[in-house]
Amino acid sequence: MRYIDEFRDPGAARTLIREIEGLLEALAPPRPLQIMEFCGGHTHAIFRYGLHQMLPEAVEWIHGPGCPVCVLPRERIDKAISLALDHGVTLTCFGDVLRVPGTAGSLLEARGRGADVRIVYSPLDSLALAKALPEREVVFFAIGFETTAPATAFTVLQADKESLANFSLLCQHVTTPSAIRALLGDPELRLDGILAPGHVSTVLGSESFRFIADEYHLPVVVSGFEPLDLLQSLWMLLVQIREGRCTLENQYGRVARKAGSLAAKRAIARVFEPAPSASWRGLGEIPASSLRLRGAYAGFDAERRFALNAARHIEDPAPCGEVLKGRMRPGECPFFACRCNPENPLGALMVSSEGACAAWYRYGGRT
Amino acid sequence: MGKCVTLAHGSGGLAMERLIREVFLQTFDDPELARLEDQARLELPPGCPALTTDAFVVDPLFFPGGDIGRLAVCGTVNDLVMGGAYPQSLSCAFILEEGLPIDDLQRIVRSMKVAADEAGVRIVTGDTKVVPKGAGDKMFITTAGVGVIPSGLELGAARICAGDRILVSGPVGDHGAAILDARGDLGLTHSIRSDCRALDGLVHSLLASSSVHAMRDPTRGGLAAVLNEYARASGLCLRIFEDNIPVRETVRGICELLGLDPLYLACEGRLLAVVPEDSAERALTALRFHGDRTDAAIIGEVMAQPVGQVILKTVFGGERILDQPEGEPLPRIC
Amino acid sequence: MCLGVPGKILSISDQKRSMAKVDVAGIVREVSLACIVEEGERLEVMVGQWVLIHVGFALSLIDEDEAHLTMKLIAGLESDALYR
Repeated sequence: MRYIDEFRDPGAARTLIREIEGLLEALAPPRPLQIMEFCGGHTHAIFRYGLHQMLPEAVEWIHGPGCPVCVLPRERIDKAISLALDHGVTLTCFGDVLRVPGTAGSLLEARGRGADVRIVYSPLDSLALAKALPEREVVFFAIGFETTAPATAFTVLQADKESLANFSLLCQHVTTPSAIRALLGDPELRLDGILAPGHVSTVLGSESFRFIADEYHLPVVVSGFEPLDLLQSLWMLLVQIREGRCTLENQYGRVARKAGSLAAKRAIARVFEPAPSASWRGLGEIPASSLRLRGAYAGFDAERRFALNAARHIEDPAPCGEVLKGRMRPGECPFFACRCNPENPLGALMVSSEGACAAWYRYGGRT
Repeated sequence: MGKCVTLAHGSGGLAMERLIREVFLQTFDDPELARLEDQARLELPPGCPALTTDAFVVDPLFFPGGDIGRLAVCGTVNDLVMGGAYPQSLSCAFILEEGLPIDDLQRIVRSMKVAADEAGVRIVTGDTKVVPKGAGDKMFITTAGVGVIPSGLELGAARICAGDRILVSGPVGDHGAAILDARGDLGLTHSIRSDCRALDGLVHSLLASSSVHAMRDPTRGGLAAVLNEYARASGLCLRIFEDNIPVRETVRGICELLGLDPLYLACEGRLLAVVPEDSAERALTALRFHGDRTDAAIIGEVMAQPVGQVILKTVFGGERILDQPEGEPLPRIC
Repeated sequence: MCLGVPGKILSISDQKRSMAKVDVAGIVREVSLACIVEEGERLEVMVGQWVLIHVGFALSLIDEDEAHLTMKLIAGLESDALYR
């Protein structure tokens, strides 16, 4: 597969690893370098390709919370379930959220109790379903960072154009730069470099992460998602560290550009506005970190349409927040693999394919 | 007979009798079945009788490469042949949802007859029930299959030893990918065919050429499910080389698009064999020659440690666990 | 986050709604080009181009030259003696 296979070439990977080893030898850091990959997609790739094992111990990956499923609060799952069970809507969502535990079970379990929950690949599929079922209210559970927000925005614009009366959104889009700021503002988190999200950068533009270098004085590289992308990005970070530089570099130039997608950003700005703050599962309240529908499109807000009350933020019984913030490794959580496992997850990190706990459990250590 | 299945077709009266005669008896065309007794008499060749049972539920009922009927026959035959049995006879019980088009039922029953003839098995007894609309997903088929295992042949996880080699007869994940492709809700064009077929010929060819310790067809849960079952049951470690596992390009495409792993997608016409090390090349030749495919492959080996685990050696030389499936593979966006 | 897969634009299926048929390793799906086109732009010029697809939307055109450059840089490391 073009643009995939060449970036998974084992020979090139070995070259990059040798170079990384050479750089680390030259650097001779007194303690392991802590590199955060913010994005869950990067976490998944690191574990799937076994990169964490192939790199010297002088590099330690700190897994960031950039996984919209991992940070999806319990009370939002409860709202989605309530829409399906109590209000009788057809609840459409991505496959990722189906097993995420709410306060009283997941959407999958709710489906077992009679809720009409359907998986879609694209929000446009949800729109098509609404048109095919005019007698049903169809709600799309809109999760995701800025990578996914344009898709939702264009779908709302299409629904508006067609005056579709039976379609609405449960909006759960969260934003990346504010989350990164909240993380980097934590004095206990000590990082030596950051891999910035490649697909958020594709939408927002790689320049949106320059603040990490300018304000927090950390080397930052926007990275693609294939193993060679990650290895090359790590190499670029190490070169910066070696040369004592703190700047933004873009490894993913074939997809992510400086300014991002103007059409996507325009659509987001037209349909959404920043909400004052949002609750993140495991991380608590983060200001200016989510999107809500603008007044002109408030008619598509499922929470308004079905008069859902504001819900109290409820945290998980496990220290998911510590893992999300990179302060605890999954294996260090007292519940890891015993009380908390993919079949019976205590939080979202064990459910999402990008969650650090799920990655550790599925690909790495059980003991 | 009307166009659709009604509750009358399951109530034991004239409507049901007509359905059985015109659809099942006529299509299956079997003298034992035609006796319409409550039981079928079997004449089995010498050896150890083997019995299997299975239930089939699939959406959509028809998909490129097969349908629920073909799936039912091939799946049951395959369960028998994985133990080295020569399959003889099948039973099938149908639970039909009120409103199912009779034409669909007829198509499926014809497909079962074709699959049964391919595998040289007879459908000798059956049952039909009809449930009200909404109480069943169009059609469920439950089968039982009887076969005979040659005396002295004992295959199974208990025979697996450290040093054995693991083989697969062709590309994995075709059926699971075909079902996803065929479902209307993911908006894909139907370009993937299920690999649904009976493996009796392939298995007996393999057994004639090579010593075999264990065989399984990787259905629900895919290759990963079978490998993990074997690892747990044998108390050994199965080490697989990612690079050696054959996967079709289109199956890779659907997996990349939906964020799935082909190792967790079902096959319905592939076999996984665990054979002694010195038989591996002969086994591979048999699979390639009989199956008429060059992509049968030796994909791994059995080791003593770590106990009960499946280790995947990635294309980069790193190693990770290949965990057992958690449930139905779900498309993802993250 | 953000599962993105490269695909090649085969044809335009709906100019008005900016929809195209895109091929991913032989699987064909309808994908929206709304993120990568300006309103009113003729879409036919996109046929044959490669795009990065996420949830049924093309987020970006894949830059062939940049892709080559990335691979060249990686390959070039073999001969780069800077850190030896």
